[in-house]
Amino acid sequence: MKTKGKVHKYGDNVDTDVIIPARYLSTGDAEELKRHCMEDIDKEFAARVEKGDIIVAGKNFGSGSSREHAPMAIKASGISCLIAESFARIFHRNSFNIGLPIIENQGLVKEIEKGDYVEIDFEKGSIFNITKNKTYKIQPYPEFVQRIIQSGGLGNYIKEKINE
Amino acid sequence: MGMTMTQKILAAHAGLERVAAGEYIEAKLDMVLGNDITAPVAIKEFEKMGGKEVFHKGKIALVPDHFAPNKDIKSAEQCKFMREFALAQEVDNYFEIGEMGIEHALLPEKGLVVAGDVVIGADSHTCTYGALGAFSTGVGSTDMAAAMVTGEAWFKVPSAIKFNLRGRPSKWVSGKDIILHIIGKIGVDGALYKSMEFVGDGIEHLTMDNRFTISNMAIEAGAKNGIFPVDQRTIEYIREHSHRDFQIYQADEDAKYDKVYNIDLSKIRPTVAFPHLPDNTRTIDEVGNIEIDQVVIGSCTNGRIEDLRAAAKVFKNKKVKKGLRAIIFPATQKIYLQAIEEGLISIFIEAGAAVSTPTCGPCLGGHMGVLAEGERCVATTNRNFVGRMGHATSEIYLASPAVAAASAIAGKIFNPEKIGGQGDEN
Repeated sequence: MKTKGKVHKYGDNVDTDVIIPARYLSTGDAEELKRHCMEDIDKEFAARVEKGDIIVAGKNFGSGSSREHAPMAIKASGISCLIAESFARIFHRNSFNIGLPIIENQGLVKEIEKGDYVEIDFEKGSIFNITKNKTYKIQPYPEFVQRIIQSGGLGNYIKEKINE
Repeated sequence: MGMTMTQKILAAHAGLERVAAGEYIEAKLDMVLGNDITAPVAIKEFEKMGGKEVFHKGKIALVPDHFAPNKDIKSAEQCKFMREFALAQEVDNYFEIGEMGIEHALLPEKGLVVAGDVVIGADSHTCTYGALGAFSTGVGSTDMAAAMVTGEAWFKVPSAIKFNLRGRPSKWVSGKDIILHIIGKIGVDGALYKSMEFVGDGIEHLTMDNRFTISNMAIEAGAKNGIFPVDQRTIEYIREHSHRDFQIYQADEDAKYDKVYNIDLSKIRPTVAFPHLPDNTRTIDEVGNIEIDQVVIGSCTNGRIEDLRAAAKVFKNKKVKKGLRAIIFPATQKIYLQAIEEGLISIFIEAGAAVSTPTCGPCLGGHMGVLAEGERCVATTNRNFVGRMGHATSEIYLASPAVAAASAIAGKIFNPEKIGGQGDEN
């Protein structure tokens, strides 16, 4: 799987309350949620984001609430991958479970700037910063997580298990 | 090498003799929890997965507490959707308005979680039950759905940080001050992916309500869980609330910890977390002059009977500052009734505070106390993120019930030590 897009960059501790404020949680519809994605820290995000774009952020991305609405809203916005120095653990597992690719890498975040165009090749484990003409290697996911990703998320993984 | 308390519980539930940090396991679950925000998403996922029947009618808890009693039509639809699922699946532990309480106060009170359990909940504060010597952690809706189908969940076995608590906390220092102090020390990602294991002779001075508050906010340091050893107080609490058998696990003496912190409880001061992170803490002696518009006392963190008693002690024969709103939320119906019987509710109302039926409402900016532009609130809740309780420019200061009550009287963040005597400025 490959993806390519423009980078939106944020700092540390981007919490689930700013990714999708609770005042919009009276629905679980991702198409409705995406209209309010990031609005308390980045009002223009919903208008600016394009399919394939990538979010790059500092440490502890997705901290706070367990709301799966947060990765759902980001995924529905068109974001194809998240790169951060670290992720909060519930957000981390929710992203895998719903099939939103995330990459945890401390060095990489400093190398990528807002507005850069970046291409990610998940099979090869490489990230190519088109704007800066630089390539980086990324660690493969642990085997158990790969099984969930290969199934297309936890839902399909469970479905396969039921049918076994 | 030995195992931590958390690792021992996980190993037992995965049918393994031992587990090590970093290992992926699938563990059997004793309870699966969801609320009116997270369960509707989980129920749709459950159906998509091909789920027909929940794995065990007695091991699912569904609690409409977030936007309930229904705050608007959409919330009413979400609650209705969850209710219909609960009825169709004949889920034992569905709690309708009237018997509903805030989930993490309600489940221990109903005896649904006991020592040695493995619990997941589609709510980040599910880590609360670590106070009972259980492994419990928050997950998302898809995990909840999978768990409702299989009765299992996948975990990466966590490493742990040990918190050695010593000494006796002073009069106005509660579990809230202790956990805010710890988060202030280690940071909002200080325990990321890890267990926080609380040990030491200071624990004997902590009531169950204090321990619930401490475990509840482990997530605010990024932790997977926050767990206490089982002692006489725990056993008494479980026996009083539950008929279930329980299992006591202890960390091995040679268990490995990533870090050990020694914390002298007697030195901790009442502590406040300033906007916009729970680790942005100051002691009450360093707060300066912060005028406030609202006070909220309640939530899964601080809506239990001892929290209300602490607030009532401060409010007694005092008045809420004119122009300030003080709103108090007993966390469950049982706590509410007990507060009435003990005369606490009269004290609150006579002081000029509003008292509400249990709901998570204001904590996440849902209803019953949403903040306007630029308003400031002292809250006994757990998060002070940007926009959490309302407008993006509003500010939340996290504190104990005693500090919150003192602040409601003074109209600014205030030290409860100074309210009772001649230090009272009102």
